Amino acid sequence: MIFKGKVFKFGDNIDTDAIIPARYLNDSSDENLKKHCMEDADPKFSSNVSKGDFIVAGNNFGCGSSREHAPRAIKISGVPVVIAKSFARIFYRNSFNIGLFILEADTDGIDNGDTLEVNTENGTIKNLTKNTVINAKPIPEFMSELVSAGGLMEYAKKKVKEGGLG
Amino acid sequence: MERPLTITEKIILNHTNQDDVSPGDIVNAKIDIALGNDITAPIAIKEFEAIGMKTVFDRQKIALVPDHFVPNKDILSAKQAKMLREFAKTHDIKYYFECGEAGVEHALLPEKGIVLPGDLVIGADSHTCTYGALGAFATGVGSTDLAYVFAFGELWLKIPKSIKVVFTGKPGKWVSGKDLVLYLIGQIGVEGANYMALEFSGDTFKYLGMADRFTIANMAIEAGAKSGIFEPDEITEDYVEKRAKRDYVFYRSDEGAKYAKVLNFNTETINPQVAFPHLPENSVDINEASAKDIKIDQSVIGSCTNGRIEDLRIAAQILKGKKIAKYTRLIVIPATNEVYKMAEKEGLIDIFMDAGGVVSTPTCGPCLGGYMGILADGERAISSTNRNFKGRMGDVTSEVYLANPAVCAASIILGKIASPEEVM
Ligand code: SF4
Repeated sequence: MIFKGKVFKFGDNIDTDAIIPARYLNDSSDENLKKHCMEDADPKFSSNVSKGDFIVAGNNFGCGSSREHAPRAIKISGVPVVIAKSFARIFYRNSFNIGLFILEADTDGIDNGDTLEVNTENGTIKNLTKNTVINAKPIPEFMSELVSAGGLMEYAKKKVKEGGLG
Repeated sequence: MERPLTITEKIILNHTNQDDVSPGDIVNAKIDIALGNDITAPIAIKEFEAIGMKTVFDRQKIALVPDHFVPNKDILSAKQAKMLREFAKTHDIKYYFECGEAGVEHALLPEKGIVLPGDLVIGADSHTCTYGALGAFATGVGSTDLAYVFAFGELWLKIPKSIKVVFTGKPGKWVSGKDLVLYLIGQIGVEGANYMALEFSGDTFKYLGMADRFTIANMAIEAGAKSGIFEPDEITEDYVEKRAKRDYVFYRSDEGAKYAKVLNFNTETINPQVAFPHLPENSVDINEASAKDIKIDQSVIGSCTNGRIEDLRIAAQILKGKKIAKYTRLIVIPATNEVYKMAEKEGLIDIFMDAGGVVSTPTCGPCLGGYMGILADGERAISSTNRNFKGRMGDVTSEVYLANPAVCAASIILGKIASPEEVM
């Protein structure tokens, strides 16, 4: 799939408490997650983000808690893809499981406000503002299968139907 | 001759129907225990029900522990806890605990013998890695993963590479598992073991107890690790034998097993550590930290990292007959009801209260900034918990310093970060 949008740039070690602070986790509704997404890293994020915008970050994005509320909050905010130099393990897993694309790439040349065109199939990231192209690490086959199916539970449903599981 | 395997590879292999596994392989593994709490299980329950599942894979292999916001702090959290209760009733879940019999999940499950050596445990909580202390493979996953396990009893896992961490020598008087793991994270960084298993060994662990192993395995995630693990021994056996109600297996790494790295540390040169805001990797020697004269408003002793009876004993040893500094708070939270009762019997609760502290019912509470000790703007806490991210315990401008319970106790007596030596 090809996505085009504006960049919200963050630094290294953006933890799950910054993505969705625990003080809001007494409510897992979409509205609540959307309203407080990225609040402790950028308090204006939820009012400024538009559907199709990207989150771009440095190393170890999503470290900390296992809370799936974090990738969910990002997805509900309309962000289709997160691009970072590296991701923390559980966040990586959760994103694919819920059907959020994440790409690992060298993000040094991408700045806040740049416009990108991202192809999740071949991992090409075109920076339309700077006129540069970056290639993301390929996504493992099993993971692409998960995201294309719409996440782990959709994948499970398909399998149950085919009689492979359950 | 079969390929030599690490303990982690062996446990996962024995939970698949494959003949061999190598790091990087994605396998389907059978799960012995699947855990969820009052924050993560509600999403898992919704997902489970959304795909039309009517029965769980095995009611005896699921643990639901409401601990983050219980006793419920507000209506919303009460609704989340209610979802767990209803689900537990509907499916007759064996390991469901109301707050009067529970505590913080990662202290509770080992204490009740629900997780055992050789198990493959997944939990929708990042500190599920704690059970590696028993010689189990245990890792944190998300709510959707948990829903999948509720339904099918298995889960996709990537076989991790392992890093071997060897601690040699006798630890100093106030040095505990917490200090060794903070020191390690300081050395390798919060991403230093990303996607890998940390395997701990060395003669240092002959001098420390199970509680220290739990603390160390608990914080493996703070180095990004998938899991932390100890080879089980007599200390494990001693802990497990009186609690287990089913069989368990002691696995060990084979001679010649492959490691991504081997790290050797001399425990004798490691002092108590303090991790400065806002990452667990910012660990500093206690003497250096103390010299900086850092004022403290609140001390928290509790959590799945350091809320066990051993932790409360050492804090009480320091606080006995003393008073906390004026205008400060000491919040002690026994991790489980069993710990609470022991502390009461041993007179520890009196010591904390006489020193000017409060003792709370078991809960995660302030550890994740939930309730029971939230920080105002600009306030500073020293805490025996495991994370000091920005805003973790309250306002985004507040600060959390991580330390062992002895340092947390000493610091609140002086109202500044201090070594136990300074008050004893
Ligand atoms: S005590 Fe803290 S780290 Fe442990 S499970 Fe509770 S919130 Fe998580």
